[in-house]
Amino acid sequence: MDKESNFYTIGYAVVLTVVVSVGLAFIATGLKARQDSNQRLATKMDILTAVGIENLAKANADEIFDQRIESVVLGPDRVPQEDGINALDIDMFKETRLPKDNQRYPLYVYKNEGETRYVIPVYGNGLWDRIWGYVALKEDMATVAGVTMDHRAETPGLGAEIKDNPKEYNDPFIGMNIYDQEGNYVGLSMKKGRLDDPAHQIDAITGATITADGVTEMLQEGVRAYLPYFDQLKSN
Amino acid sequence: MADIAVQKKADLFGKKERRLLIDPLDDNNPITVQVLGICSALAVTSALKPSIVMAIAVVLVAAFANLTISLLRKGVPGRIRMIVQLVVIAALVTIVEQVLKAYQFDLYKQLSVYVGLIITNCIIMGRLEAFAMGNKPWQSFLDGLGNGVGYGVILIAVGFFREFLGKGQILGYQVLGSWYTGNSLMLAPPAAMFLIGIFIWIQRARNPKLVDVS
Repeated sequence: MDKESNFYTIGYAVVLTVVVSVGLAFIATGLKARQDSNQRLATKMDILTAVGIENLAKANADEIFDQRIESVVLGPDRVPQEDGINALDIDMFKETRLPKDNQRYPLYVYKNEGETRYVIPVYGNGLWDRIWGYVALKEDMATVAGVTMDHRAETPGLGAEIKDNPKEYNDPFIGMNIYDQEGNYVGLSMKKGRLDDPAHQIDAITGATITADGVTEMLQEGVRAYLPYFDQLKSN
Repeated sequence: MADIAVQKKADLFGKKERRLLIDPLDDNNPITVQVLGICSALAVTSALKPSIVMAIAVVLVAAFANLTISLLRKGVPGRIRMIVQLVVIAALVTIVEQVLKAYQFDLYKQLSVYVGLIITNCIIMGRLEAFAMGNKPWQSFLDGLGNGVGYGVILIAVGFFREFLGKGQILGYQVLGSWYTGNSLMLAPPAAMFLIGIFIWIQRARNPKLVDVS
């Protein structure tokens, strides 16, 4: 058979493509269950890290999460929904693209030995791809108890520091108040150069301006969305 | 019996085979001599750890892509050979990514950025086109291995110097005391260009046959 004929060339391309795609689809489907459970466990560990429980063994994370964390799904009116959907099942990147009056807001409430923490999932965009994180607030729903951040594709050594270097880019938020002294919402941010409001800002990452701006946007808007719910809780 | 064993060994690792493995480490290094794969060498070397991870991933993909293409080489139509090569590389990279995601989730999260970059690495496609299309599977596998390692060695060296001079750290551990002020330039991609330039300079000063006389 002539290897350079059109028939052979097209046939070869078709067969190769079909074989490769069937093979990859087979592998992806076969591994999906494991991948999803890995992803879910990682999310649980991130949430626990935000409330200050770090370096958990994977085996314990599930148990501690189920014992101490109650997940709440708030409807568009920021009233808890009762339809039994698990907050972990909500894909926030799809959710944030929905119209505002259709969005749901998952919230994780951590309770242990009289301590309560409200863990807010926050989502945004970095330089290359999506970034996300968890902001834990103390009982007063104003003081930050912990922050964790993660990303899909930020530059290692620069934007990726939001995850790799929690000492410098997550921990300094601890103890900050999301309101100013008059009680207006200020939120958390990363700022380049001199901080003009050190009570609500941390120093941004040199060389990662766009990631830092994305983090600021994510922390500001992500937390802001939950304020109506906290106001309801406070007034009760 | 013993004779056969020796004979077989000589075939697997004859002089030619050893050259395939060793040449790319120095005289025919993909980065410093052929100047291929520079883009990823600049992007991922800001610290030592991602450099090591990327090096391992490229070694594996280069070796197995070479092997696969060499097995397919007699049937590949000439006009679409590059697309076939790309499909093979992309499929291998996707398999690596999926398996890591299922069985080594932590590593997957670290690697995710680089895995995509492997597909665009010109060294791998270069070896497929230049070697695997015309050689037997075993030799092709060794060639892929050698070139992957040749690339990896430079990557790790660059990563080491950038992290050491940029932050005073090695693999995230502070090795220089607090007196050392990190050199931010070393963390930016151009630093890799300087370092690779210096490596090329050293290599050519040592080995005059590499110097381009034209």
